[in-house]
Amino acid sequence: MTVHVLAFARLRELLGFGARDVELAEGSDLDALWSQLARGAQQLHGLRATTRFARNGALASGGTPLADGDEVALMPPVGGG
Amino acid sequence: MNALHGLTLVTLSAEPLDAQQLVRALLDDAHGAVVSFVGVTRETSPGDSRSVAALIYEAYDTMAVAEMGTIASEACERFGPLSIALVHRTGRVELGEPSVAVVVAAPHRGKAFEACRYAIDELKTRVPIWKQEVYGDGETAWIANTPS
Repeated sequence: MTVHVLAFARLRELLGFGARDVELAEGSDLDALWSQLARGAQQLHGLRATTRFARNGALASGGTPLADGDEVALMPPVGGG
Repeated sequence: MNALHGLTLVTLSAEPLDAQQLVRALLDDAHGAVVSFVGVTRETSPGDSRSVAALIYEAYDTMAVAEMGTIASEACERFGPLSIALVHRTGRVELGEPSVAVVVAAPHRGKAFEACRYAIDELKTRVPIWKQEVYGDGETAWIANTPS
């Protein structure tokens, strides 16, 4: 399946993309997506604990299963205001 | 429409904010109090001696607007009846320029103050917006909000 991944702020810079389609094994959850991205990006190591996920615009925990076509956002701690 | 909900304005803006325009937009004969909070880019960051030249804001636009709308609804339910505007900048905001405006109009000042405080505190905690400080020497750093 394919999910559309959005990366913001520091995570966007570390990953080198703001938006990208990522191929995942069927049945993958958000933690599996993170692990797959982190395998190709050493700079992500240590950042899982402070990263929040959104799936299709709603906050989601790492164990949330993904479906083909989902939009996933990788969000570092916010800084608005 | 629910009687607790007056006018609600929620938006991100790449253009300079005009808080006075928001105040005028929310005024009506039922409201005896208008409270506005305007967050402005300041020169120093806690724990950092470097001078800030500007801030650059980045947002997850669709989710940010949705979350700001949820906060506005919560403020209406807790403190309404009221009208409320939440506007946040995106892009580069120069020193001394407003980055966020929260305006609440309500029948009396007590609820207007409470709702304004609630909305800005929740915005800073929940809305997916990120802030990069740009220093005088051209260096940059992403700055996260600390729990209030």
